[in-house]
Amino acid sequence: MLVPDDLRYAETHEWIRSEGSIGTVGITDHAQAELTDIVYVELPQVGAILESRKAAAVVESVKAASDIYSPVSGEVVETNPELESNPALVNTDPYNAGWLFKLKLSHPEEISSLKSAAEYRTQIGT
Amino acid sequence: MVSDSTNLPVKQTPLYAEHLKLGAKMIGFGGWNMPVFYSSILEEHQAVRQRVGIFDISHMGQIRVSGPSAEQWLNTMLTNNLKRLEMRDGQYTLLLNEQGGVIDDLIVYCRGSNDYFLVVNAAKIEEDFAWMQSRLKGGVAVSDLSDHFAGLAVQGPGSAELLERFGELPKRNQIRETRIQGIPVLLARTGYTGEDGFELFYPAAAAGVVWNHLLEVGTPLGVKPCGLGARDTLRMEVCYPLNGADLSPTRTPLEAGLGFFVDLEKPEFVGRDPLLVQKETGLRQRLVALKSDGKSPPPRAHYSVFVGDARVGELTSGTQSPSLGIGIGLGYVDVPFSKPGQKVEIDVRGRRFAATVEKKPLYKKRC
Repeated sequence: MLVPDDLRYAETHEWIRSEGSIGTVGITDHAQAELTDIVYVELPQVGAILESRKAAAVVESVKAASDIYSPVSGEVVETNPELESNPALVNTDPYNAGWLFKLKLSHPEEISSLKSAAEYRTQIGT
Repeated sequence: MVSDSTNLPVKQTPLYAEHLKLGAKMIGFGGWNMPVFYSSILEEHQAVRQRVGIFDISHMGQIRVSGPSAEQWLNTMLTNNLKRLEMRDGQYTLLLNEQGGVIDDLIVYCRGSNDYFLVVNAAKIEEDFAWMQSRLKGGVAVSDLSDHFAGLAVQGPGSAELLERFGELPKRNQIRETRIQGIPVLLARTGYTGEDGFELFYPAAAAGVVWNHLLEVGTPLGVKPCGLGARDTLRMEVCYPLNGADLSPTRTPLEAGLGFFVDLEKPEFVGRDPLLVQKETGLRQRLVALKSDGKSPPPRAHYSVFVGDARVGELTSGTQSPSLGIGIGLGYVDVPFSKPGQKVEIDVRGRRFAATVEKKPLYKKRC
């Protein structure tokens, strides 16, 4: 399972890449492999205010709908427009083309409470 | 995403080690620890629609009913008419409670005069057996053989080519005895996918021998091991009901659209009287097939169905159809809104998505 070193991770299998005050959020390679065959992604509205660890999006595989939690708090500034026509990008490229939404961080210090790549690898046992 | 820790696994089939070797993702189903997929539900679904797939169905139950009064007695337990069965024939039938609700749906095969072989749902083995035991009459013996059998479903357009090397194939809905790698196998031409296919029942001790041999000799045909995920999407496309989801003790086979498998002309069977009353007074709801009109989240069990402001029903199954590329579902809908062509809306987390009641099945196999 891929767990890039430059990202931070939530216990609930989301990743965040922060650049200045903007954080990009997606689900991990491990999460997409567990879900498999993602056929629909429901994203938050641009402008929505998200709280950390609250449901922010829904990823649906053939088998089930899964809530995706925002790893940190902030305002949604962009969502991935490609996922409407090609939700399988979350499976094929979870850390790049398969990103879900971007947030303007309201509490940037929350990032440091998330797991490092090493800590997340320990959690999923790889 | 939160990991699914519900349905704690209880029992393992004799193929458990083979599933792990193949890297299957396992889930709890009906008290069993079963593979949900090996590589991908979509790939396994397409393997069955286009080539051939093999499923472990060892969790399903096998019950033998025999003795001089077996036919006469079993015909009072089941809805379909056993007297139509010749040697080797199988038929889809239902076991009902006194209220006419469904305890189980099953296939009964005639293996000889007064000798019947029942294949029942995994989660219902004990209940079916106890129900029959408690109503037993003289001259009938009922035995639960479930632990002795491994089961495989070999399904798809290539399944006959894969199995014909082992001898004469049964006709549709029939069962024959054959041997694979020297192992005695009951081979039935039945399935749960809408494709040509077979179900094999053989001694559990030889589970891996037959499984591995079929995967090996099936390689040139593109055979793939398939899990419960694909089994569920395949059966939904052809609108086969799943007991515990689309069938329940509070729904009759008439409401489920299974009247074809209920012989109300039979003088006696458990659940007959309530069905006669229901036929007389009319149904309130009916199990229908729905298809999304456009892009939507996949329909799921328990989603509400609306016509305008009126809630007219609820889904019992649903998924994104891999073959049709659109959302599909099965659900009970008030009879006035149950005709094909009826426009409805499905409520998904507070948002409404347009769908239409369709004729069953939603998918027909390629000829």
